[in-house]
Amino acid sequence: MSNVPGDLRYTREHEWAKQEGATVRVGITAYAQEQLGDVVFVELPKVGAKVTAHQAFGVVESVKAVSDLFAPISGQVTEVNAELGQKPETVNADPYGKGWMLLVTPSDAKQWNELLTAAQYEEFLAQGGH
Amino acid sequence: MRYLPNTAQNQRAMLETIGARGIEDLLTKIPAKARLSRPLALPPALAETELVRHLRTLAAKNADAESSVCFLGGGAYDHYVPSPINHLILRGEFFTAYTPYQPEASQGTLRTIYEYQTMIAELTGMDVANASIYDGGSSLAEAALMAHSATSRNEIVLAGGVNPLYRQVVETYVDGPGLRLREAPSPDGVLDLDAARRVVGGKTAALVVQSPNFYGCLEDVAAAAEIAHAAGALLVVVSDPVNLGVLEAPGRQGADIVVGEGQGLGVPLSFGGPYLGVFAAKQEFVRRMPGRLVGATVDLDGQRGFALTLQTREQHIRRAKATSNICTNVALCALMATIYLSTIGKEGLVRVGELSTAKAHYAAQRLAGVPGVSLRFPAPFFKEFTLKLPKSPDRVVAKLARQGILAGLPLKALDRKHGDCLLVAVTEKRTKDEIDTFADALAKAVA
Repeated sequence: MSNVPGDLRYTREHEWAKQEGATVRVGITAYAQEQLGDVVFVELPKVGAKVTAHQAFGVVESVKAVSDLFAPISGQVTEVNAELGQKPETVNADPYGKGWMLLVTPSDAKQWNELLTAAQYEEFLAQGGH
Repeated sequence: MRYLPNTAQNQRAMLETIGARGIEDLLTKIPAKARLSRPLALPPALAETELVRHLRTLAAKNADAESSVCFLGGGAYDHYVPSPINHLILRGEFFTAYTPYQPEASQGTLRTIYEYQTMIAELTGMDVANASIYDGGSSLAEAALMAHSATSRNEIVLAGGVNPLYRQVVETYVDGPGLRLREAPSPDGVLDLDAARRVVGGKTAALVVQSPNFYGCLEDVAAAAEIAHAAGALLVVVSDPVNLGVLEAPGRQGADIVVGEGQGLGVPLSFGGPYLGVFAAKQEFVRRMPGRLVGATVDLDGQRGFALTLQTREQHIRRAKATSNICTNVALCALMATIYLSTIGKEGLVRVGELSTAKAHYAAQRLAGVPGVSLRFPAPFFKEFTLKLPKSPDRVVAKLARQGILAGLPLKALDRKHGDCLLVAVTEKRTKDEIDTFADALAKAVA
C-alpha cells in the first residue's frame, strides 16, 4: 500500500492538499506517481492564476502517460514549484515534499471539508483508486 | 477475392439502428444534379498501350508549367526543381506508401526528416520544426489551434493579406473548438497597424500575418509582433521558406510560430499537390506542437541515432486533449525539400531569391508600363505583385493562355474586392525574353 500521510487531505484524482496557515500546498500522491511512472514534464499555471476545484490546473507527463492535474480547492496561485521545470523527477522521488506543485490561497474555505481524509483516501485506494 | 467490409446483413442491422430505411436515405442531402442518375456504364477495358495513349491525349489538354510560360503564384510557384530530387526520391528505401518510423529499421528515413527539421528551423529562425504537415493551409490551421491551446484564448486575428484559401482551411478547422476568427484589414495591400491594434486584444490567441502576403507585399512583421505581444497574444507568421535565403527569418522579427507552404523547395507544381506544410515554433511551445517530431539521440553503444520523440504530445497518449490529432506528415515532399536545400546550398538559395525578386521587379516595371495597367498597391513586394487591369482579368488570362502564357491568377474568385486585379508571380526560371513577350501580349490583350 502506498504512503498516505495522515495530516493531508486528498482528491479522487490523487492530488494531496496541506493546510499551511492561510495557504494550501498541493501536489500529487505517492500512488499517483507510482501509477504514472517516471515523470518527464510538469506544466504548472503562472503565479496569480486562478484555479477551480475539480478542474485542471496543469499537466503531468510521464514516459507512459499524460494526465491533467486537478485542483483540490478553488483559489489563487501564490507560488509554483519552479524546480520541477528542471527536475520533474522530484515528483517521483519526494511526492509529498520537494515534489510539491502549487501554493494556493483558497477562495472558499468550506471546500477543505469536502476533501478526502487520509483514511477515506486509503479506503478509496483499497477499492481500486478510481 | 474482394474484401467486403460489411455484409448485407450487417448493413441492414446498421440501418435499423440509425432508423434509416435504406442506403438511399443517407444520400438525400446530396443535390440531385451532383448525382449520376444512370448506371456508370464504363467502356470496355483498354490494353496497356491503348490506355497510355488515351491518358497522354487527356494529359496533353492541360496547360502546364512545362508547355507554357508560368507566371502563376498565389501559394504555389514555378521554381526550378533540380534533377537529383526525382532520382533520389524514387529509390525504394524512400518511395513507399507507408513511411517507416521504427528506429531500429529506419535510420535513413528518420535522419532525412531530422535534417529537414533542422533546415526549416534555421531558415525560419525558430528553435524547432516538425516533420511537416499537409500544406500551407493546414499548417496555418494547426498553428491557430496551437495558439488557442497555448494561451487558453479563443480568438484568432487574421491580417487581410493572408491567403484566402488558407483562411478557408482555418475556418473549417476552428469550427469544432468554436474559435472566433476576426480580420485585421489591409486596405493598402499591407496590414493597417492602427486597425490591428484595435482588433487584437485580451481575447486574442494569435495575430496571423503573411509576408510576403497574398498580394505579394512585404509586411512589417516586427511591428505586428509588437502588437501581438503587447496583448499577450502569439504572432503566427505565414512565410514561403524559399524566400528566406534573402528575406529576414520571421523568428528574428518576433514570430512565435512560423508556418507556410514549402512547395517552392523542390516540390513540383503537380496541378496543386501534394505539397509541403512547414511548421516551426519556439522551444517553449514544443509540447504543444502538432505532428511528428524526429529527435537525435544515442543508442546503447553511444552512437548517434534518430527516433520519433515527444510522442505524448500526439494522440497516441493525449488523445482528446492533444493540440491536434494529426499523426502523419508528407515525408516524401519533406525529402524533396531536404534534397533541394542540400543540392542548391546556402548560396544557391540566396541566388534563387535574388533572381526571383530582380526578375519580378523587372516584370512589374514592364507590365505596369502597358497603357491602362498599373500596380494595385504601393507597398514593396518580393517575387509577386498585384496588377490592376483595364479589362476583365479572366478574359485576359484566357487570351494569353492560348499564346502559351499563364499570365497569373485573377483575384475575382478569391477576393471580390479586387475583381479587376491579376496576381503575377515571377521566379528565377523566367527569362527576360519571356517577360518581354508577356508584356507585349498583355498590351495587345488590353488594347
